[in-house]
Amino acid sequence: MSITNILLVDDEISFIETMAKRLNKREFNVSIASGGQEALDFLANQMTIDVVVLDVKMPGMDGIATLQAIRQKYPLIQVIMLTGHATVDSAIEGMKNGAFDYLMKPCAIEILISKVNEAFRAKQQHEEKIRNARINEIGQSFESARDIINSLT
Amino acid sequence: MDNNQTTKHYRGLERKIRDSIIMMSFIPMVLILSMILYQFYFSYQKKVYAHLEELILKHKQTIDSFLIEKLADIRFLSNTCGIMELSDETILQSRLVSFQTDYDNVFVDIGVVDANGVQIAYAGPFKLGKAAYTNADWFQKVKNEGFVISDVFLGLRGLPHFIVAVKVSSEPGAWIIRATIDFVKFNTLVHNIHIGETGFAFILNKNGECQTQSMTQDIERQMAFYHNGFNRLPDKQVNIFQKKNASGVDYIYVTALLKNGDWMLVYQQQTSDALSKLHHAIKLTVIMLILCAVIVIVLTYRISKRIVHLIQRSDHEKQQMNLKVVETGKLASVGQLASGVAHEINNPVAIMVEEAGWMMDLLEDDILINNESKDEFKRALDQIRTQGNRCKQITHKLLSFARKSDAVMEDVHINSLIEEVVNLTAQRAKYSKIQIDMKLKPNIPLLKLSPSEMQQVLLNLINNALDAMDKDGGIITISSRFTNNTLIEIDVQDNGQGIPESNIAHIFDPFFTTKPVGKGTGLGLSICYGIIQKMGGEIEVQSVLNKGTCFRIKFPVKK
Repeated sequence: MSITNILLVDDEISFIETMAKRLNKREFNVSIASGGQEALDFLANQMTIDVVVLDVKMPGMDGIATLQAIRQKYPLIQVIMLTGHATVDSAIEGMKNGAFDYLMKPCAIEILISKVNEAFRAKQQHEEKIRNARINEIGQSFESARDIINSLT
Repeated sequence: MDNNQTTKHYRGLERKIRDSIIMMSFIPMVLILSMILYQFYFSYQKKVYAHLEELILKHKQTIDSFLIEKLADIRFLSNTCGIMELSDETILQSRLVSFQTDYDNVFVDIGVVDANGVQIAYAGPFKLGKAAYTNADWFQKVKNEGFVISDVFLGLRGLPHFIVAVKVSSEPGAWIIRATIDFVKFNTLVHNIHIGETGFAFILNKNGECQTQSMTQDIERQMAFYHNGFNRLPDKQVNIFQKKNASGVDYIYVTALLKNGDWMLVYQQQTSDALSKLHHAIKLTVIMLILCAVIVIVLTYRISKRIVHLIQRSDHEKQQMNLKVVETGKLASVGQLASGVAHEINNPVAIMVEEAGWMMDLLEDDILINNESKDEFKRALDQIRTQGNRCKQITHKLLSFARKSDAVMEDVHINSLIEEVVNLTAQRAKYSKIQIDMKLKPNIPLLKLSPSEMQQVLLNLINNALDAMDKDGGIITISSRFTNNTLIEIDVQDNGQGIPESNIAHIFDPFFTTKPVGKGTGLGLSICYGIIQKMGGEIEVQSVLNKGTCFRIKFPVKK
């Protein structure tokens, strides 16, 4: 199984730094961004991110707006919403906007990891389906090409 | 102390209302009545006076004309018959008889007297014979003036009487014809005037002697008293005045001069008797006034009591309302504060827990630290994590207390909701030997509320009730009912230790708890309060120490 690439987005830098260290230690490839815009910029340059862990409440571009932007540009990337508290409502709204799941802060690292893994698996499955669809398509076009050739011959 | 003062205040208010109502009703009543009475008194008195004046005037005229008539009768007799004829006693007798039949026995006797005052002839019941009248007052007068109507005197016969005499001047000398008037007949003229119980009339001469039969009543006989009656100017035929007699009784006197001022007709009556109708009216008025006063006072007492009672009740309600407003405001502001604090604290706590986790991770790898300190580090970091979680729980509860409505409102069968919650707590209740009874009325309409939040409230109340019980168990009764078709009430009643009165006021305050540190956050009931308020209901508590506590939730039902 390949290493999961995670992007942590939160305005509390010290929180995500520590979390990044802990996840790195557990053999995840973690990057961090301190705001919505920064996260989008990062994603624009780095195409390998699998899961984004996104804080709902941030100054500037907030969690929901960032989520919508990510889902639009990179539909395959899974997003886990991280909510401080009573923003459960916005977390639910996030889910409606296509987030994979949500977590309450502070959360135990084990729970975060299991969610990340689930998200990663979901992404992989998704990608696999796409791959299979492509193969089928190629197969079909190959078949049809052969048919044409056959018919020609 | 305070209570005492408020009762005093309300008593004072009651008294003020009562006094002003009484004053306002009495002053006009007394004023009007006294004015009417005053007017009535004077007009009535005037009327009585006028009546008496007229009566006396009429009698005066009657008496005067009676006397003049008698005089005329005698004069006629003297003119028609000569002295010779009248000297014959038989003729005189027949004349007397015809007079008596003509004039209703007014004349008692007739006598003829010569110029020297010796009676020549006499006809009548008394054997007077040749009586000599030379020294009699009337004889002197008739000789000088030609006629006389005498005062009443006893005379030779020894009975009170008066005479009418006329002098006839003829040859050979003047002679006098004299007739005695029936005193009793004359008296009836005056005695007819008898009004009320004390009103009667009599005639006085200038010496103050009674010219009519004295009545049983006491007559004021002082000449001085009647003196001004004789001295009145003649422009008024009748005088009327009011005076106290010797014994101090107020009398009305009416006087009229008779016989060219020789006699005076006096009518006297006690004022109270004359004005007895007036006094009757006054008495009636006073009785009515007193009756009205009694009624007004009684009504005023009752009205003022009722008014003050109403005021007291509305004051009390206002006070309760104020308390409620203060309570709600307090909770709202505390809620805002709490949510602010929770937001701010949550992130630092998250970082701390995360850092502790990171240290734990590092500790796993580090082999340089000996095992003993490693365990100690682990324990400390665990503790940090545990406490961090505790903080998290508190902030989450605070936020749920303060958060705005996010729950979905549904039509809920409150009874089935209660049953669900009771099922959830049944296990814990069984362990604590506590019985949960449900008394649910079936006719309760659907309620629009958030089922999960309502569940939270009921769970909280039942858990509190379970905590309130002693070790040896108890009974929790949950009842629901629909009262007056307007109110749904849900009671959670326990028979536990109760809540001390000093705590009742703070029971819904956030962070108020009687549980030991770490066991309760003191937010349960505040959250319940917030939830019920948000759903448009009310929650209240009643508690008796050592008897139990009852939480009552009320929801108004809109038609």
